[in-house]
Amino acid sequence: MDQRMSEQQTTSSPVDRDTGKAATQRAPSSRPAWSKDTESGSAGDQATAEGDIVFDVRDVSVHYGSAPALVNVSLKIRQREITAFIGPSGCGKSTFIRCFNRTNDLIPTAKVSGRINYHEQDLYAKEVDAVEVRRRIGMVFQKPNPFPKSIYDNLTFGPKVNRMKVNLDEVVETSLRRAALWDEVKNKLKQNAYSLSGGQQQRLCIARALTVDPEVILMDEPCSALDPIATAHIEDLMRELERDYTIIIVTHNMQQAARVSDRTAFFTAEVESENDDRRFGRLVEIGDTSMIFSNPNDKRTEDYISGRFG
Amino acid sequence: MAVATPARPHEQTDRGFRAPAGDTIREKFTQLVLLLGTAVALAVLAILIVDITLDGVGGLSLDFLTNYTSRFPEETGIRAGLTGTLSLMVLVALMTFPLGVGAALYLEEFAPRNRWTRLLEANINNLAGVPSIVYGLLGLSVFVFFLGFGRSLITGALTLTALVLPVVIVASREALRAVPREIRDGGLALGGTPLQVAARQTLPAAIPAIMTGMILSLSRAIGETAPILVAGAVFSRRADNEPWNLNEAYTAIPIQIFDFVKRPQAEFQVEVASAAILVLMVLLLIMNSAAIIIRNRYSRNG
Repeated sequence: MDQRMSEQQTTSSPVDRDTGKAATQRAPSSRPAWSKDTESGSAGDQATAEGDIVFDVRDVSVHYGSAPALVNVSLKIRQREITAFIGPSGCGKSTFIRCFNRTNDLIPTAKVSGRINYHEQDLYAKEVDAVEVRRRIGMVFQKPNPFPKSIYDNLTFGPKVNRMKVNLDEVVETSLRRAALWDEVKNKLKQNAYSLSGGQQQRLCIARALTVDPEVILMDEPCSALDPIATAHIEDLMRELERDYTIIIVTHNMQQAARVSDRTAFFTAEVESENDDRRFGRLVEIGDTSMIFSNPNDKRTEDYISGRFG
Repeated sequence: MAVATPARPHEQTDRGFRAPAGDTIREKFTQLVLLLGTAVALAVLAILIVDITLDGVGGLSLDFLTNYTSRFPEETGIRAGLTGTLSLMVLVALMTFPLGVGAALYLEEFAPRNRWTRLLEANINNLAGVPSIVYGLLGLSVFVFFLGFGRSLITGALTLTALVLPVVIVASREALRAVPREIRDGGLALGGTPLQVAARQTLPAAIPAIMTGMILSLSRAIGETAPILVAGAVFSRRADNEPWNLNEAYTAIPIQIFDFVKRPQAEFQVEVASAAILVLMVLLLIMNSAAIIIRNRYSRNG
């Protein structure tokens, strides 16, 4: 753990503010760096019986134009846990995960309503810069999407655009080690990232997300394009990263959710009305993964888990 | 093409795995027609090249490249045209690249999708199809007279830039559009601003295709005669053009070919003109090969 901590120090950015609350914790910066206001009163006290809350989502809905994609979702995401979003196609789970780093802002017709608090800071408040949000809340995509450049350049892009004052060689090595890719690529850092296998590319993308030292990593079906061995690699890696990062994963693979996640949120797709088959997503329930998979509260969850629908 | 019908079981026993009779003949016939079309195009090109080469190769020599034009066919050369064409190329490239790529970047990466940008796009696409002589007239009225540049090298370069700019914009936009969405997503997810992502990821990924488009448009530009003829190129001069001497009179190889063909002597019309055409074609060939090399070298898996 000490080793890990010292590694972490080398990559932490100058804007990272440690609250000094607990030496064993990785700078969870109870106040996000972009927050300009000083509502310090409540910021320090977040520890609950359930652990620290990173995201507090209240009544979030997403519309594309006038069509609802996701309606009235409220849930909490806890720190240093893996939360899985599962549900049938069209239930809005991918749309939802994109709300956490404001990627939906990039779609002109998308509109997010409700409130997402990140450590007490409203992510969609006026003074919040979406670019800064995306640096603090990293994302790994469905298809491995390395830049068509060398492995090294893939990993230095983030620190460079964020003007992080770090030793780039160190960042490259640390992030590759954390993504369990260092030994495979340490002798070919100058090679094009496209020369890696699909699973290696995805781990490179995870390493790339780590280079800018986010607190949260969003993963949108990160294994759907990978074979079972590569998938197992990524899952091991997620377990490893969970110690230092908060991870949210969208997955179609229920076994994957059961294997890796601490908590699982089940979404479903509902039909808007009798004579309109447009569908929108709704959160059915969220709970400890063991509970969701063995003893869910809702009949719909049970049906989905046991393969009777979806 | 005919859709292959699945062979029914009883037919299969009749004729094994042979294709239905009509299918094979139709297939062969269509291929033959397509081949014929290709052959005609190739034959025309081959005849042209052979004819020009036979006529012109005798007139080619180092002197032909280094001499200025003369009244005597055996002493004449295209030095002025060669330097003029190369100067034009440099200037057009220098102006087209930032303007064309900048416009493409704006339209593809930043412009809102609304009625105005759609109108703008339609206009650019139309401009790419406007006859080149129209650009010559534009050059004459705007650059020669209105802006007072006169019949100078910069007028020719600006006219040709206006001519190829729409093509370069269209080609660059297509190159940018071919960069996968995921690359931009990846850059943005790391906290890059849209401008940083466009400048450091999207544009570099598109550069090979953009360069290919640029070079092909440039080779179109240096082959053009009509626009610069209207915009003040001179038939012959006894001085070199250099890209940094913007105010001098200028000529170019196609203009000189036009001049040679117009002269009364048969030697000029056939041998000298053909030799100049050969030089121009070699120049174009070099540029097109460069475009192909760039495309292959930087193909995405490189």
